Amino acid sequence: METIVKHRIKQVIKGDQNAYGEIVEVYKDKVFQLCYRMLGNRHEAEDIAQEAFIRAYININSFNQNLKFSTWLYRIATNLCIDRIRKKKPDYFLDAEVPGTEGLTMYSQVPSETPLPEDEVESIELQDAIQKEISKLPDKYRSVIVLKYIEELSLNEISEILDLPLGTVKTRIHRGREALRQQLRHV
Amino acid sequence: MKCSEQIIDYMHEYLDEEISEEHEKILREHLQSCSDCQEYFRELNKSIALVQSTSHIQAPDDFTSKVMAGLPKEKKKTEIQRWLRSHPLLTAASLFLALMTGSILSTWNEEHQFSVSKQPNLIVQNDTVIVPEGEVVKGDVVVRNGKVKIEGEVQGNVTVINGELINGEKYMASAGNVTGEITEVNEVFEWIWYHIKKTAKNTADLFENDEKEQSFQ
Repeated sequence: METIVKHRIKQVIKGDQNAYGEIVEVYKDKVFQLCYRMLGNRHEAEDIAQEAFIRAYININSFNQNLKFSTWLYRIATNLCIDRIRKKKPDYFLDAEVPGTEGLTMYSQVPSETPLPEDEVESIELQDAIQKEISKLPDKYRSVIVLKYIEELSLNEISEILDLPLGTVKTRIHRGREALRQQLRHV
Repeated sequence: MKCSEQIIDYMHEYLDEEISEEHEKILREHLQSCSDCQEYFRELNKSIALVQSTSHIQAPDDFTSKVMAGLPKEKKKTEIQRWLRSHPLLTAASLFLALMTGSILSTWNEEHQFSVSKQPNLIVQNDTVIVPEGEVVKGDVVVRNGKVKIEGEVQGNVTVINGELINGEKYMASAGNVTGEITEVNEVFEWIWYHIKKTAKNTADLFENDEKEQSFQ
């Protein structure tokens, strides 16, 4: 797959726009999925996913052909999603440390969610419920969790995509898992 | 949580699939004895399973076409190049036609000089070629930019280009006789058509020559 994509990229760099269509076909579902899980909204996800492909096309000359194209494409998409989330996000962060305390974050001050009655849980589609919980994660945890558990990428790849040290990626995944545990244990 | 943070770290190491045998042993032993940590570990695994269970959604059908429509316009040059590459036959044909028309038109413009095919018994008076009475001209007679008067006999075709055939009745030599066809070419398009017919005739010879040359190589 990667070899075909590499060949197509060379054609695109030479100026053949049609070759890019095949690249879009290969990655559209994964990029759309990534954006949807990050943004929790199909319409916005489509918008951002398309924007990611267009940006990748415009900047194709800056792509290092020795690297995996998917890594580069995911980085563009993730960054666009994070930008979008931050634009509409309130300016407090649940995971920010409460001033004057050590290791105490807003999470510890939010009462754990009371379990919903049995029938009510069943009336909501489980998928939507899970997506809602994913959407509640702060963006820096959301991106690592989505890349790890939905796109099923390795920690090394995630560290390349997010341009973060491996250690930071691990810490974020651990915190993301902790947050998900809190949110999902009663689902 | 009363248990040490260490155990939770081990859980994450386990989930990252990066746990050492030693740590895994400690974790297993602890989980068997501590129900709180067991529950904690179960919740972690459950939340991961839930996240992973979200069905894989697909991009809308028109996704690719929308992306392609959103791309900046590519350079005209590459567009033409791709078109040429995907239509080789049309390209060759139109190139051929263009060159043919060009060269034929230029010869049409250049050849305004009077000329006549060489037969010994043709008489030339100014711009008039005369086939004298009682004479027999063998072979095709071609006259450019001049007139032809046929009083004798021509055993072959008579072609008059950009000129005139002087006879009482057209194509019916008054006293003379033409065994072949009489052709008058006066318009540019007729000229082109005449050339194409001639070229087609010559092509066969050309190919034969090519083959001969190749066999020498």
